[in-house]
Amino acid sequence: MNAVHEPPIRPEYVAPQRTVAPAAASAAPQARPVRRLDWLNKPAILLALVILWELLARWVDNDLLLPGALQTARAFIDGIASGELIGYVTVSLAILVQGFLLGVAIAFLLTWLAVSNRFGRELIDTLTSMFNPLPAIALLPLALLWFGLGKGSLLMVLVHSVVWPLTLNASAGFRAVPETLRMAGRNYGLGGLRMVLQILVPAALPSILSGLKIGWAFAWRTLIAAELVFGSTSGQGGLGWYIFQNRNELFTDKVFAGLATVILIGLAIERCVFQTLERVTVRRWGMQR
Amino acid sequence: MRAIAPFNLVPPEPLLRAQHVTLEYASERGVVRATDDVSFDVYRGDRFVLLGPSGCGKSTLLKAIGGFIAPRAGSLHLGGKPITGPGPDRIVVFQEFDQLPPWKTVKQNVLFPMLAGGVARAEADVRARHWLGKVGLARFADAYPHTLSGGMKARVAIARALAMQPAVLLMDEPFAALDALTRRSMQEELQALWDEIGFTMLFVTHSIEEALVVGNRILLLSPHPGRVRAELNSHQFSLASAGRHEFQAATQRIHALLFGADAEAPVVQAQPAQVQP
Repeated sequence: MNAVHEPPIRPEYVAPQRTVAPAAASAAPQARPVRRLDWLNKPAILLALVILWELLARWVDNDLLLPGALQTARAFIDGIASGELIGYVTVSLAILVQGFLLGVAIAFLLTWLAVSNRFGRELIDTLTSMFNPLPAIALLPLALLWFGLGKGSLLMVLVHSVVWPLTLNASAGFRAVPETLRMAGRNYGLGGLRMVLQILVPAALPSILSGLKIGWAFAWRTLIAAELVFGSTSGQGGLGWYIFQNRNELFTDKVFAGLATVILIGLAIERCVFQTLERVTVRRWGMQR
Repeated sequence: MRAIAPFNLVPPEPLLRAQHVTLEYASERGVVRATDDVSFDVYRGDRFVLLGPSGCGKSTLLKAIGGFIAPRAGSLHLGGKPITGPGPDRIVVFQEFDQLPPWKTVKQNVLFPMLAGGVARAEADVRARHWLGKVGLARFADAYPHTLSGGMKARVAIARALAMQPAVLLMDEPFAALDALTRRSMQEELQALWDEIGFTMLFVTHSIEEALVVGNRILLLSPHPGRVRAELNSHQFSLASAGRHEFQAATQRIHALLFGADAEAPVVQAQPAQVQP
């Protein structure tokens, strides 16, 4: 009975040696990308959704409530061709970029305060936990009171929407820099600004990038919402104003075209700017998958 | 920057001198004394090992020599000058793999401390290529650290340190995170590099075998707080002598010094059969 539990004793053998040196065996891994039709998945889903939309619109059969996909596309192309839509987009993007850059600058100032000393850290922690949950658009009435109808109010809500998520992410990123890396930097004789630029900023880049991404998305939706409330700054309206006005005039297809533009621009910036940035930095460095 | 003298015929001054060093660090439960009144001398060309169980302050001692911690009492001198802060004449090889900035390629990692220290670009380039060749990573110069194995990262860290031509190389359990087989080949490679160049190195480990194989002199530290238990010679041992009787005897002697003779030692280890004094 005992024999069942005892493995058999087998003869030993030694495999003949191959000529490949161990160093050559561990050559740089040649990545062989798996290329299939995966990239078609998303367009296919989009196409299915568009068809569903068109069918639904034909079934409802009411242009005022639900224009179809084709009708919306026509309005969109008309808007582009006549330059009307482009004008609105330009106004929106111009103010967005100003507000975003201003917000980023302020956020970096606050981050510097948060990571440089204990008091600053507690101050910024308190401020971010107070203001981060506060929707920027909720500040618009106050902004209108302070700055009146115009660019100042828009900038204020934009800055608010960028500053807090970015500060939160960036300061968390700086705090998460490994102690070993900091010591290595000091070991090389780095200090002060050189330490910040050559060690801390690159090490915190994954968090900084995700903060920028969240900040940008917040700013974009805040801007459109703010423009719905009052669109024109010195006679020029933005994309939100375009949507709002066309709703008032019951051009529902143009409303849909405007909404589609909001989505397209959001996707384009996310894809072209942020994903490219991530690909050439943190993904390439293996700091983010 | 100090070039390592290829020969020293005169019985020299110690390169690194630790005198009555007491180190303390703040923890959540108050101030902890890491080492108490530790003194030792490291000479040029030494492979000086700090050996002891965890809590003997060996890593803290290394960090103090690196200039990251100031001693509470006593003094640390390198080449006759007191150590006041971190500097590129004492490059540290850490145990952790994240000591290599992940955003720099292998070659940029080796270049980084040289360029930060003001070495001219062309010369730094030559040195980086030389040392990457020495540690067998010439073909991986443009790879990013995350694509490398643990052993290769350790080699990059060593190449980066040696390229700086530091007065003393500080190694803080550099192979502890590697698997046993890789650790053994790294010990061999380190030995080969030392045979060829003869740099000065301070090596922290908690492995008795590694201490005997890597070092020529061993400072034994007892824990809580770290105090000098003994200073022993180990220049006669190498990886080749690992199985021999004298090596076994030296291992058991150190073991007895660290755990056996010390009744109050809290660490209970699975000891090999040995005579308790």
